[in-house]
Amino acid sequence: MKKTIVMTAMIVAMAMMPANTWSRDRGVKDELTKTECGACHMVFQPRFLPAVSWTNIMSDLGNHFGEDASLDEESRTKIEAYLVKNARKKEFKYIGNGTQPIRITEIRWFKREHRNEVSKRAMKRAGTMANCVACHKGAEKGQYDDD
Amino acid sequence: MKKTLLVISTAVMVALAAPAFAGAKQDAVMDHYKKLAKGSFSAERGKAFYSAVHTGGKPATPSCTSCHTKSPTGTGQTRANKPIAPMALSKSPDRFGDLKKVEKWFGRNCRSVLGRECTVQEKGDFLAFMYSQ
Ligand code: HEC
Ligand code: HEC
Ligand code: HEC
Repeated sequence: MKKTIVMTAMIVAMAMMPANTWSRDRGVKDELTKTECGACHMVFQPRFLPAVSWTNIMSDLGNHFGEDASLDEESRTKIEAYLVKNARKKEFKYIGNGTQPIRITEIRWFKREHRNEVSKRAMKRAGTMANCVACHKGAEKGQYDDD
Repeated sequence: MKKTLLVISTAVMVALAAPAFAGAKQDAVMDHYKKLAKGSFSAERGKAFYSAVHTGGKPATPSCTSCHTKSPTGTGQTRANKPIAPMALSKSPDRFGDLKKVEKWFGRNCRSVLGRECTVQEKGDFLAFMYSQ
């Protein structure tokens, strides 16, 4: 009897904790990257793109998806090193000899994952598929399986 | 007695003339531009510059208000739909306290909106406007 009560209490306590207590924070930890690459949009986790993609992004910040995101050379080098170190280990094979993507939203699995999943209303609210936080509350912590 | 009153009223007037919301850091940033400028700065000119529709930059963002909204006390939005806290110092007292950050954004945003760097006069006028809001 006592045992059952203890067990029940534990289960209730666990159920009451917020869901993300259980999922690991996989967000960007580097402060410089958080500040500089989180000013105009959420700071994207480097693990989504291979190293070469980050190198390409970081070498053309003056023309960053139509925006001027240029940085002083010291910050630029530091951030590139962080992104490259934490990048996706393998390049996307399906691309073959072509250029690796610089958009997460153009990766094949990303498109497959979102096709038919996104309502018109959610899309209108987000404005752009790059606005991950609009649909994934835990996106900054790297949590996308919330909804 | 009269003298004391005069001193007090002068002090009050000076305090009123100075930007109302600026702290020590914001004053230091303003001083940096004042030293480089030939004349003085005007919040009125800053307001006009902020609201003006410019040519020479990117067609998608012809004005500071394209991202920062018409009212400097309003919450703006980046092109990637992230909210931007108001530029007005009364609403965002931490703004304009870090010269390196201020220069970085003047650089990017002036190139985007005007297709060139902003002049010291334009920067100072813009800040004078935001400090007064
Ligand atoms: C001045 C604003 C600004 C800054 C600063 C900025 N970005 Fe961006 N970024 C944008 C815009 C605008 C887009 C395009 C968003 C869209 O298409 O909806 C974008 C898109 C991206 C994308 C592609 C998103 C997708 O579609 O999958 C990546 C990756 C990216 N940025 C990385 C970075 C990195 C790394 C940094 C830091 C070095 C950075 N950004 C800093 C404005 C900025
Ligand atoms: C307009 C809404 C919307 C936007 C914007 C959006 N997503 Fe999603 N995403 C969804 C929906 C809906 C699903 C499918 C339901 C689910 O599995 O969570 C999904 C699924 C995913 C999944 C698979 C989750 C899983 O475990 O099955 C990942 C990973 C993901 N999104 C990442 C991202 C990233 C990264 C961004 C930004 C670059 C992004 N999403 C932008 C709505 C969105
Ligand atoms: C494309 C969008 C966009 C446009 C257009 C734009 N800005 Fe900005 N601006 C931003 C973003 C994003 C920030 C960073 C906001 C933050 O730090 O919260 C910023 C920050 C700033 C800052 C630094 C504020 C601080 O806290 O120190 C200044 C100064 C500034 N902008 C001036 C201007 C001026 C002047 C114009 C017009 C010539 C302009 N901006 C037009 C997006 C824009």
